[in-house]
Amino acid sequence: MKKFWALFFWFWPIVALWVCFAAPGRNWWFPSPPKSTLGHQIDGLFYLILIIVALTFVGTEAALGYVMWRGATKDASSKAWFSHGSHKLEIIWTIVPAFVLVFISLTQLDVLADIRVLSKFPDEAKKGALAEVTARQFEWRIRYPKPGTMLMTDPQPGDLYFVNELHVPAAVPTMVNLRTQDVQHAFFAPKLRVKQDAVPGLVIPLWFEIEEAGEYELLCAELCGWGHYKMKARIVADSPKGVSDYLTRLEAEQNEDGVAEAPAGEESAEE
Amino acid sequence: MATVTPALDAHGHSHDHSHGHHEQSFISKYVFSTDHKVIGIQFLITTVLMLMVGGALALAVRWQLAFPWENMPIIGKAFGLFKTEGGQISPEFYTMLFTMHASVMIFLVIIPVLAGAFGNFLIPLQIGADDMAFPILNMLSYWFMWPAMFCFAVSFVVGGATAGPGNGWTSYPVLSDIASASPSSGAPQTWWLLGLTLVGVSSMMGSVNYMTTIINMRAPGMTLFRMPLTIWSMFITAILQAFALPVLTAAGFMLVFDRMSEMLPTDIHSVFFVPANVVVNNAAPTIGGGQPLLWQHLFWFYSHPAVYIMLLPAMGMVSDMLACMCRKPVFGYKPMVYSMAAIAGLGFIVWGHHMFTSGMNPALGMTFMTSTMMIALPSAIKVFNWIGTIWDGNIQFNAVFLNCAAFVALFIVGGLSGIFMAAVPVDIYFHDTYFIVAHFHYVLFGATLFGVFAGIQFWFPKMFGREMSDGVQKAHFVLTFIGMNGTFFPMHLLGIAGMPRRYADPYLHGYLEHLLPMNQFMTISAILMGCAQFLLLGNFFYSMFYGKKTTRNPWNANGLEWSAPSPPGHGNFDVPPVCYRGPYEYSSPEAEALGQDFILQTTAPPAGVVRVAHGH
Ligand code: HEM
Ligand SMILES: [Cu+2]
Ligand SMILES: [Cu+2]
Repeated sequence: MKKFWALFFWFWPIVALWVCFAAPGRNWWFPSPPKSTLGHQIDGLFYLILIIVALTFVGTEAALGYVMWRGATKDASSKAWFSHGSHKLEIIWTIVPAFVLVFISLTQLDVLADIRVLSKFPDEAKKGALAEVTARQFEWRIRYPKPGTMLMTDPQPGDLYFVNELHVPAAVPTMVNLRTQDVQHAFFAPKLRVKQDAVPGLVIPLWFEIEEAGEYELLCAELCGWGHYKMKARIVADSPKGVSDYLTRLEAEQNEDGVAEAPAGEESAEE
Repeated sequence: MATVTPALDAHGHSHDHSHGHHEQSFISKYVFSTDHKVIGIQFLITTVLMLMVGGALALAVRWQLAFPWENMPIIGKAFGLFKTEGGQISPEFYTMLFTMHASVMIFLVIIPVLAGAFGNFLIPLQIGADDMAFPILNMLSYWFMWPAMFCFAVSFVVGGATAGPGNGWTSYPVLSDIASASPSSGAPQTWWLLGLTLVGVSSMMGSVNYMTTIINMRAPGMTLFRMPLTIWSMFITAILQAFALPVLTAAGFMLVFDRMSEMLPTDIHSVFFVPANVVVNNAAPTIGGGQPLLWQHLFWFYSHPAVYIMLLPAMGMVSDMLACMCRKPVFGYKPMVYSMAAIAGLGFIVWGHHMFTSGMNPALGMTFMTSTMMIALPSAIKVFNWIGTIWDGNIQFNAVFLNCAAFVALFIVGGLSGIFMAAVPVDIYFHDTYFIVAHFHYVLFGATLFGVFAGIQFWFPKMFGREMSDGVQKAHFVLTFIGMNGTFFPMHLLGIAGMPRRYADPYLHGYLEHLLPMNQFMTISAILMGCAQFLLLGNFFYSMFYGKKTTRNPWNANGLEWSAPSPPGHGNFDVPPVCYRGPYEYSSPEAEALGQDFILQTTAPPAGVVRVAHGH
């Protein structure tokens, strides 16, 4: 029975590791490879930590199982090792993990700066925000400046509005301004590895560069009330031309006064 | 050490005197008792029952995640509570479930079971005192739990049966600040805050008492470095509590003041946490210029130290129990003490790691990342020392040992997942996903609760003079261990898959749909684990009355508590204890000379030997 318990403590980490190894194949892993440039860096750091952590996990759990196994196979009448510890070991297992932890911290700094430090944003993003994303219970309101103008902090007469759909150019660093109209929310685009809280009273710029055209989920990651789970929106990445076409269409729709003009039909205006 | 002796003796003496002559009534003996042992047991029974309440709330959460919008079994129909929802869990009810699950588990189970139950019971016994320094304060610290529980209970129902407090245990404003923000932001939130404050009052009374008792009332010879690690951990926890809690209390009152303008026709229009021009649910825009991030800073300034308040005592207890069950000294006693102190110290400068995505200055993010990484270091040192303690011991493979080993095994997982989240860029992805949920359940359930399971069995004989059945405890251990890992390990994967926490229906989002079967597996594991707790409850209450009668020192342990009768009478020790050595001298030559593998801290060295050869 003693051996059973020692094996038990060896067995479950093996199951845990197996589950982790099997996970990507069973789609129990990232929802997709990262679709933004920053996403690649974040995933890279994740895998670096994963390797270090997995080795530590194997090492410590194996050691735990091993000391239990020794105890289980020991002659019960023999005496326990009378020891108060070892100075040398204490020093080793203080210094080695300290170095590893400092190393992990240092590897994070550049990426963190790239993500968050305004002066390190790419020039194209710094030119100005493409849109303002305003969270509210329980939807995302998008405000674009009138095509050809800059986004202003306060809404302008020509601004274009849409709900729960954000169009951005692919392969271009893009900045959006994030804010909330009511309580706190968080802008979470899992496939882009982007997350930023929308804090009442603050306007927070965030940037990302989506690598390929496509649709990406946008959801809320900060509890904002009973409907928190249903703040479902999407980010549509398109060619820059596609985005400006979209905005033109949006403008036309928004200015549509219902009075039919000569032969325009229901196709929206081209210019 | 010797300076306190006369005072202690005088005190102990007068105590015996005044109580020796008159019989205590049932009420003053078992209900409004000032005896630390009775208070400790009151805390223990209360928290074990609250564990079941918190567990039931968790199972309801799990039900919704596995079978979204399906009628809840049993309670869905039973009370007609959910007529309008036809027996379903509504989204606002779901927010209440996870909020109250966390609040009950943190404030009514983990914190009071460690400090309240074990701290109360063990501190005087392990340092050789006859009671706490302030027995009446001690009694009040238990009885303040009742108004707290009352307020939490009221908060369940004031908003109507299906809308209790639902803003998370973190209660971030503005959601928790403006009554119109959600069905749960009105009266339920106020009652919740009152309950929280009262729990704080109770904890504060406890900490003051523990610090004073440990500093002033140690038995002769009980030097600081002869204290069991349990006492060190309780001492450090009490300091943490005393310094961190006022901040939460202040923040709580600020939030209450903010809410007053909503709730009452008063002139208090504080807007500590509400910025101007917020429009919630089409109410008039707010005025003023508060800062919601202020709450987060104040809240986490308390709540990060609080997560260690929820762990350190268990670390200390497990160290004690491991040494006893392996029949050898704790490996690296002093490094164990220093690393607990380091955890406590660093614990005050890492709170920002809960706010990496909050929009605070990125330079702060870097600082908090580094301090957070550093706090993993003392945790690692402790793990290595526990493994060293088991190394080449004469292991007693009973349920106490198994639960302690599980503590170490599972704490490793929780500590390691912390490293991902300490790394800011990675945390940007993981924040508010199930990865965080996995992390804190490995530390709070995996580590702390398994330590508590071990502690209950280990000190049960001292509490009740009877033993718990080891066989039943082993069955409880296996089922809980399997259920725990089945429930919480997959949460790491859910987090990696990007599943946000606090979602009533994650499957609304296409990229999460395929995770439903995994969630169903987790819920089944959770139900198994929940059922297993009845083994513990049954064993606990059965053994209290019918368990095998025990002796003073059934585990052949060294601590002062084992020199007292089981259970100790009023005033604890029949022979005033004197401490001659450290608490972990198992298998020492001195013990061998007596033909045993343990030597009580109170066993006097052979005549002529004034000082023990080995001393800490
Ligand atoms: C090895 C050391 C640890 C590190 C590096 C660490 C790191 C972290 C970080 C960075 C977070 C925030 C994650 C996020 O919200 O994005 C976190 C959350 C949390 N940690 Fe730890 N942690 C450690 C140990 C512990 C321990 C020992 C406990 C409790 C006994 C604990 C309990 C919690 C809890 C309860 C939360 C979540 C709070 C919430 O958002 O509701 N952690 N931890
Ligand atoms: Cu939201
Ligand atoms: Cu923390």
